[in-house]
Amino acid sequence: MTSPLMPLHDAIARFVQDGQTLAMEGFTHLIPFAAGHEVIRQGRSGLTLVRMTPDILYDQMIGMGCAKAVVFSWGGNPGVGSIHRFRDAIEDGWPAPLAIHEHSHADMAGRYQAGASGLPFSVLRGYVGSDLPKHNPEIRTIECPFTGEKLAATPAINPDVAVIHAQRADRKGNVLIEGIVGVQKEAVLAAKRAIVTVEEIVEDLRAPMNACFLPHWVLGAVCEVPRGAHPSYAHGYYDRDNAFCKAWDGISRDRETFLAWMKKHVLGTKTHAEFLDSIGSPTMAAAAAPGMTG
Amino acid sequence: MTTYTPNEIMTVEAARRLANGTVCFVGIGLPSAAANLARLTHAPDVVLIYESGTIGAKPEVLPLSIGDGELAEHADTVVSVPEIFRYWLQGGRVDVGFLGAAQVDRFGNINTTVIGGDYAKPKVRLPGAGGAPEIASNARETWIIIRQSKRTFVSKVDFLTSVGHLEGGDSRAKSGARGKGPTAVITDLGVLTPDPVTRELTLVAIHPGITVEQAKAATGWDLKVAPDLAVTREPTEAELKALRALQEKTAKAHGTSAVSE
Repeated sequence: MTSPLMPLHDAIARFVQDGQTLAMEGFTHLIPFAAGHEVIRQGRSGLTLVRMTPDILYDQMIGMGCAKAVVFSWGGNPGVGSIHRFRDAIEDGWPAPLAIHEHSHADMAGRYQAGASGLPFSVLRGYVGSDLPKHNPEIRTIECPFTGEKLAATPAINPDVAVIHAQRADRKGNVLIEGIVGVQKEAVLAAKRAIVTVEEIVEDLRAPMNACFLPHWVLGAVCEVPRGAHPSYAHGYYDRDNAFCKAWDGISRDRETFLAWMKKHVLGTKTHAEFLDSIGSPTMAAAAAPGMTG
Repeated sequence: MTTYTPNEIMTVEAARRLANGTVCFVGIGLPSAAANLARLTHAPDVVLIYESGTIGAKPEVLPLSIGDGELAEHADTVVSVPEIFRYWLQGGRVDVGFLGAAQVDRFGNINTTVIGGDYAKPKVRLPGAGGAPEIASNARETWIIIRQSKRTFVSKVDFLTSVGHLEGGDSRAKSGARGKGPTAVITDLGVLTPDPVTRELTLVAIHPGITVEQAKAATGWDLKVAPDLAVTREPTEAELKALRALQEKTAKAHGTSAVSE
């Protein structure tokens, strides 16, 4: 069996193609920023971007023209406000028109579960009285064959590629996720291919018996990218960069300021390490020091 | 006389309602501040659940986002997002869903999606539903905490994101939504509860120093006032001390000024 360990550049080049459905997950924790930046650097376009909580990363990808559609349940910069590139794309079609497919969290989570379970749809007690089904033809009603109850049904999500970030992998490419695990396991198992970036590759994962664990044989690529979730956080490694998240509001409000920032820091750098240097983030050596808490 | 801000009395009044031992599904921002104030004062055993999967969260500082590590660090357990919605919320284990809103209407329906224009071309695009539609239709009851103004208190929401009492009367019961729906709306001016028959939100209490005229002027429909209108109790020194300490710690941790959300 070939090892999934490879550089991030190669993983994106090999697995992410124009026009695909791409799910990048991480519920405010472990957001795969480094991988998203690499998608931008490699100039992917026409993507349908799936994510429960589009925030700064999808704002960047939308503003750089990677997306034709977004499938989501909450879009914003948590604790700060709007994501301006996302809004500009929806409200004014810049840099390109953006279709939106809007759901709720419970529904998105269930849709990934259905996808991971090999089922065609998800069923939930959801959207009662809500206007969302009027604007999203994928939210439908079914009748329970046993009780006759009316329930909401939505199609499974089976992305072409799922991308997540995790704390650790071992040399075989087995992955361990700790802390708030969100919907990452479901997203990976629902996808045709999965790319995982990790803080570090270790000799022994020491995964607890009931841990959130993804075996190497379900993963297409595992890439070591220290601080790969910055400016979000990696529990046990580094905190969220709240100052950056606030600064993003100013950077992204204006199209020209946004483009200049992306050109300088993302397109103008070759790797995530160079990106971190260019924005003046703590050095990798300091970041990798043990004992830092999330 | 104690001095306090409108935000403080709103947060304290909301916190007081949360009885010890209640299982509360908490929204970020104002609900989170009130729920944690309750936990730090009269309700040490309140069970706080956040949609990021943290059950029994005991944050030392208020989370900036719904998935802060602070929530996981001190929680009884952390489960996946599908599990939190399926087993714990939809499974019927939540007593109170505690929500914020951009708009609330006279029947307690919530809008967090779009304001003005239409859905495809809105005047203001809001973040969207998050977990609220299923919290509002699966918790045993719902509380809403929101600053009251003509902008936020509207006769009919521009977009119905999360269900309240729909068109009033028995329309919610007929809709298939579970639980009692919104049983209280706590604002910076007072407290509203649904009329037992019409389900229209009615002003049942005002904060000290607030007039009925002020409350009516900050409401986008002809606000009905309970005949036995109460005045809420002023925050105590102990409540204000606990709230301010929590906010100071939060501001220090997040590098923000001390505001109440």
